[in-house]
Amino acid sequence: MEFKGYRRKDGRAGTRNYVGVLSTVVCANEVAERVARDVHGATAFMHHQGCCQMPMDVARVSQTLIGLGQNPNLASVLLVSLGCESVVLDEVAQAIAAVGKRVERVVIQEEGGAARSVAKGQLLAQDMVKEASDFSAEMCPASDLVLGLKCGSSDTTQGLFATPAVGIVTDLVVAAGGTSILGEVTEFIGAEHLLARHARSPEVARQILALVERMETRAKAMGCDMRGGQPTGGNIKGGLSTIEEKSLGAIAKAGVSPIEAVYEYGERPRVKGLVVMDSPGREPEILTGLAAAGANLIAFATGRGAPQGFPFVPVVKITGNPVTWNKLRDHMDFYVGTIMEGTETLPAAGRRLFAECLGFASGRLTKAEISGYTNSMDIYVTGPVI
Amino acid sequence: MDAIMLRENDNVATALRDLAVGEEIVVGIQEQALRVRIGQPIPFGHKIATVDIGQGDNVLKYGEVIGRATQAIQKGFLAHVHNIESLRGRGDLAAQEASHGV
Repeated sequence: MEFKGYRRKDGRAGTRNYVGVLSTVVCANEVAERVARDVHGATAFMHHQGCCQMPMDVARVSQTLIGLGQNPNLASVLLVSLGCESVVLDEVAQAIAAVGKRVERVVIQEEGGAARSVAKGQLLAQDMVKEASDFSAEMCPASDLVLGLKCGSSDTTQGLFATPAVGIVTDLVVAAGGTSILGEVTEFIGAEHLLARHARSPEVARQILALVERMETRAKAMGCDMRGGQPTGGNIKGGLSTIEEKSLGAIAKAGVSPIEAVYEYGERPRVKGLVVMDSPGREPEILTGLAAAGANLIAFATGRGAPQGFPFVPVVKITGNPVTWNKLRDHMDFYVGTIMEGTETLPAAGRRLFAECLGFASGRLTKAEISGYTNSMDIYVTGPVI
Repeated sequence: MDAIMLRENDNVATALRDLAVGEEIVVGIQEQALRVRIGQPIPFGHKIATVDIGQGDNVLKYGEVIGRATQAIQKGFLAHVHNIESLRGRGDLAAQEASHGV
């Protein structure tokens, strides 16, 4: 139970070896995107935040950028800043460098515009890629896996076959001494009592219930029934009638392992095992949150067929819906409809998926990576844009 | 098996293929099976009532409450958003309560 990974100076193992070009603010996205576009081995992270927000959100954006920069799938980091944003560039750069990574920066207002910044950024990124390419992969134990959990474009097959198969992978990762991160707190609503029973302690159970209450209160404050938004119109077409039904299927991703701790969005777990992280259910925000928390692989169960991937963390798509498997083959990585068809048991499908995940961790490309469908990224904020 | 029911106390099952009116289908419940006559077309992945469900009754799947019947649902008929309401995330109900309180 090993995978070929990149051992970083802080002891963590990456499943990929990219140079990350991170935009520190929405206004610097164009430069980050252009730098990465022309440098093989570099990948851009862009988002819509970083300025004109409440201080708590600015702090969250900074922390998320730090978490992303520290993610072991990045060999080194180039920060692209406009120069006048709320996010403090020095703070982000220093925190990423603290884990022993090379950090470079390009500030658009200091360089004298986008064209000069792109040119400087590309030359820096080229040199960083050359350096990163000298890192070689080595065998790493499965305990180095930090598995992010996600489900999306849900239907009723997902909660019957795909998420239970992912749950078995969670239990196998935890048994091997690794970490698994469950987010999507909106999709705990109606199932939180079951998760609370899995909590390691009464305090962890209380924290899980408090997270759900916070999320539900925020939704209810809008004064309408959230159905149509959660579950989505597509979920309803897929047969899901209520958020409770969607949640009861979604939480199967957690398997039967005890929940060790509860963390804020993008916060890096300080313990191994299964943990809960606050986040909404929408793809860009949760994939980013999982990556910021240090996920080096993401297992994504889907029903109707979700194509989304992330720039530098492989996202493995798992479906139990035969129509989706046949129709969206260029987005789907793994089929568990075998359980419904009676050709494979759920535990066998789960074990096969775990072995496949070690393959993806070792460098086998996911469909999202192959097709370049990897731009599902943004940072979750809860306050107003001001 | 044409539909799957996850727990014995559930009152809905999930269709594993499109089901046609008049068919008598086999609903699998772990090691057991139950027969249900289909009363209206049920698309793949959608739910059918496996017993008569009364208006206001809880709808149960995974052995848990997934919502409440807003009208009676006959055995063999579709159970979905037209006859099940969620009990959670209901800002509309909270707003109604707040306005009545004023």
